[in-house]
Amino acid sequence: MYKVIGGIISPVNDNYRKKDLVAAHHRVAMARLALQTSDWIQVDPWESEQAQWMETVKVLRHHHSELLRSLPQTEGPDHGRAHSLAPTGSALVFPAVPELKLLCGADILKTFQTPNLWKEAHIQEIVEKFGMVCVSRTGHNPKEYISGSAILQRYQHNIHLVREPVQNELSSTYIRRALCQGQSVKYLLPDAVITYIKEHNLYTGDSS
Amino acid sequence: MKSRIPVVLLACGSFNPITNMHLRLFEVARDHLHQTGMYKVIGGIISPVNDNYRKKDLVAAHHRVAMARLALQTSDWIQVDPWESEQAQWMETVKVLRHHHSELLRSLPQTEGPDHGRAHSLAPTAVPELKLLCGADILKTFQTPNLWKEAHIQEIVEKFGMVCVSRTGHNPKEYISGSAILQRYQHNIHLVREPVQNELSSTYIRRALCQGQSVKYLLPDAVITYIKEHNLYTGDSS
Repeated sequence: MYKVIGGIISPVNDNYRKKDLVAAHHRVAMARLALQTSDWIQVDPWESEQAQWMETVKVLRHHHSELLRSLPQTEGPDHGRAHSLAPTGSALVFPAVPELKLLCGADILKTFQTPNLWKEAHIQEIVEKFGMVCVSRTGHNPKEYISGSAILQRYQHNIHLVREPVQNELSSTYIRRALCQGQSVKYLLPDAVITYIKEHNLYTGDSS
Repeated sequence: MKSRIPVVLLACGSFNPITNMHLRLFEVARDHLHQTGMYKVIGGIISPVNDNYRKKDLVAAHHRVAMARLALQTSDWIQVDPWESEQAQWMETVKVLRHHHSELLRSLPQTEGPDHGRAHSLAPTAVPELKLLCGADILKTFQTPNLWKEAHIQEIVEKFGMVCVSRTGHNPKEYISGSAILQRYQHNIHLVREPVQNELSSTYIRRALCQGQSVKYLLPDAVITYIKEHNLYTGDSS
């Protein structure tokens, strides 16, 4: 049903004030280095450059409108004619409007249940207007999270659950701890990112 | 201050293809040995198995060696050694260990100091140890009847030593306590916990490639490129 035409990594704003969060410009730079060998994924610093932290749904809205603005204008022979008679499902007349889907770990679905963490209206907008692709990690049963929520159940056709067979327990938390303890993280993240971390003395455990 | 024992880690296996998990074994093992304070890891060797091992889906050794070489381009301490794969026939692990250990001894620098010719009873250059690096599941295979020769198991743990990195679902201490030989030389069997429970395996990679799925970020880009250029693991029998 789908053709994935691009990927965007949007590092969070510094004002999110998460523990041990290094400055956004570093996190953006590291993502850029990591994506050097990707021909379809990019990092977008827009969210991190805003004056304050913003809710996920606002980031989705921004990138979706950017996506729409960047669509090529139709300059075909029927330019100017009414398209009201376009047959059902015709991909010929209208360029398909791209959908922007939130890609995340399936554990995010669980956080929807945390009181006061997400606004109900936002959860609804995310699953109704955009859609989600949730990749399962060990220890999470995403179907459970969906069946436990009326909104998620209603839009479950728009929540794509992906099994990741390589049960990868790799997390940024693990990486930061290993770096702090002087252990090797080679082959867990791209070499260019490891080099950057060392050159900028990040994650050494010294508070600054 | 007591000086550390130099160690070279040898990993045998199919490496069909080599993955980031194989490479992690070396990094994790080196960190572990250094943390004991007793060892200094001075090198690592990847020794892909001989084609005559006739394992299912094993691609030609020269490919497996080439892929390992590409994967190791960014490593400053691990190398691939094609010796095992170039022999006329498959050989038991202990023979590969013996070969590389004697190569190691042959390559030791000769002492050419002022006391050349005098007895060196005081400070011999520490003789490097060659240890077999493997997943902890190998310890379990020692129990499989007729798979390993008893004498070989003993030589491996007594003369060389092992560094076993645990994978999910294996309890290596159990394998040791279930074997008299392993228990006797358990001081020479280093068990390393790999906290990133990585289920990544060459089997998974081959299947994914066969099904046209992405394996990017699971093995080095240079290896993926090689696989595509040489049309490996496409599922066509040849």
